[in-house]
Amino acid sequence: MWTGDTVQNTVCELEVEIKNADGLHMRPAMQFVDAASKFQALITVSKAETSVDGKSIMQMSMLAATYGTRLKIKAEGVDAAEAIEALRELVEVTKFGEPTPEEKSRQMS
Amino acid sequence: MEIKKGIAVSPGISIGKCLVIDAEDYRIPRRLIEPSQRLTETQRVRNAFKDGIEELTRLQAEQEEIEGQKIKDIFAVHLSYLRDRTLRKKITDMVNTELVTAEFAVSRTLRDIASHFTKVKDVYISERAADIYDIEHRLLGHLVGGKRQDIAALKEEAVIVARELSPTQTASFNKEYVKGIATGAGGRTSHTAIVARSLGIPAVVALEDITESVNAGDTVIIDGNRGIVIVNPDDNTIQQYLEYAVEYTELEHRLDTIREKPAETRDGARVTLFGNIEFPDEAQGVLQKGGEGIGLYRTEFLYLNRDTEPTEQEHYEAYSQTVKVFKSRPVILRTADLGADKYTQSRRYVREPNPFLGLRSIRLCLQNLTMFKTQLHAIMRASVLGDLKIMFPLITNLQELMQAKMVLGDVMEDLDEEGIPYNRKIKVGIMVETPSAALTASMLARDADFFSIGTNDLTQYTLAVDRGNELVSTLYSSVDPAVLRLIRTVIQDAHKAQVETSVCGEMASEPESVMLLLGLGVRTLSMASPMIPEIKQIIRSVTIEECNKVARKVLGMNSERQISSFLRDAARKILPEAF
Repeated sequence: MWTGDTVQNTVCELEVEIKNADGLHMRPAMQFVDAASKFQALITVSKAETSVDGKSIMQMSMLAATYGTRLKIKAEGVDAAEAIEALRELVEVTKFGEPTPEEKSRQMS
Repeated sequence: MEIKKGIAVSPGISIGKCLVIDAEDYRIPRRLIEPSQRLTETQRVRNAFKDGIEELTRLQAEQEEIEGQKIKDIFAVHLSYLRDRTLRKKITDMVNTELVTAEFAVSRTLRDIASHFTKVKDVYISERAADIYDIEHRLLGHLVGGKRQDIAALKEEAVIVARELSPTQTASFNKEYVKGIATGAGGRTSHTAIVARSLGIPAVVALEDITESVNAGDTVIIDGNRGIVIVNPDDNTIQQYLEYAVEYTELEHRLDTIREKPAETRDGARVTLFGNIEFPDEAQGVLQKGGEGIGLYRTEFLYLNRDTEPTEQEHYEAYSQTVKVFKSRPVILRTADLGADKYTQSRRYVREPNPFLGLRSIRLCLQNLTMFKTQLHAIMRASVLGDLKIMFPLITNLQELMQAKMVLGDVMEDLDEEGIPYNRKIKVGIMVETPSAALTASMLARDADFFSIGTNDLTQYTLAVDRGNELVSTLYSSVDPAVLRLIRTVIQDAHKAQVETSVCGEMASEPESVMLLLGLGVRTLSMASPMIPEIKQIIRSVTIEECNKVARKVLGMNSERQISSFLRDAARKILPEAF
């Protein structure tokens, strides 16, 4: 219900793409959950029609988001904007500290 | 009491408490709780999580000094899972709504997650299922107080019940404690079967859902002679089996004493007994049981369960290892008998509407010359190490035999060019296992150095019965009058052409068929090595005169049923303990 308390209930949404070659396997899922848990905001992550709790490693890893998967991140709460920005950076900029497919194949050769 | 029927793959009787091993090492039965126990059970779940977190934190601290980010990550991920409240809630919800034990809820929930992972197409992600099983084990370890079931750690006698056993599991068996094996999967030539036979542990395989029917600690009887497993037998049954086991052990001891004695009938006819093997490791077992050589060395194992075709060197190593065990004694090596139910990896997706009548065995080899030549090259290289002979499977006409021999000729030329020594006079024979080969035995005899009658396929093709198909399997019998007439034809034609003939199908190891085969003129039998002493005992108890009489009588009979019961009676008189 709309309370008019806009500051308290910021809702932010953003679509991100998995860029590291091995996708959102266990360790990246853990990093995501750790990052999300630093914020008060409620974090929901959706892949197609599946939506999961971004603070649960079980649910995040079960998304099985492989390379190139697009995920919608939704944050609701006072620090929603900061949360979204931190998570975007983790997924798309630092890429969980993992190589992209091109970097990976270069490492192999 | 529940009686399960499977395939007997390693003889003997064992009665014991069972150890159940799932593919994932564990099995938690679905046990229900009373509604009043909800609180206790959910508290147990929470405690297991708490204990797991403590344990992992401690382990993590110990790992602190150790290099290796990967290991640290694994611990961190597992910790993260244990701290996941939604996971814990999922489990406690299951306890509350389905009224199941904490163990079952933990196991089921995590296995569901694991199976979700295994279904993901991405290899990297699907392999994460292993992490989930690991977490499951940790939680269950805390729930059941660390009573994790492990074959390697077995400290008391047990029979093993499993869906399937991995080669590492079977290799880690301690014969002192493992008294019997029952698996849901597998066949006569499965790894479990072979290891069990070579270790002399009674085993029954192909029991389908056996792991669903037992719980750890149940009493189980494994009858490796009849292919029966009895779960929670009643006292009467246990008593019967205890007596039977004693009788059988006495028989075995008696058979042991004849190991060094020749397989000779009472009237002095000498019979040669060979062993059938699949793996080089089995060779020693054949010698131990008194086998005089290898009558059938199956080579398919080199091709199965792997992604790539074996290299020439891999072939060579397997063959040379086997030949060296037998020194100057004969080793008859059958070239790749692939196709039908045995596909190589690369051909697995080629579907044929009727594979047993399709591109299999020698036909497959003649259409894949590179593969065929690789094997022949390795065989010829190993031929200088002992008395190695080549046998082509599933020959249906003379042309196929000629073609196969031509390919062998090409390989010999290659070896000449490469300057590699080989046995130029290697004996080349064929399996007679199709009605067409049996009927034209006199023609094939001119170009074959020896025959080996493969009674399994010969029976299947003669009677048009797939014995694996339970709807018709009762029609399958190697002593059907039609099959026996073909066997007689082959033996007579081979005698005339002076071509040595052996029988290497299962019939050769069936006690009730031995007299008949001797009476038909067979003097060489090849079989699974554990059967050698028993068959030798029968041979030593009969005269050729008696066998001839049996054969004459049987050939005059016109029904399979009449023949089987006659043969059983005849054999029972000679070796009553075996029946």
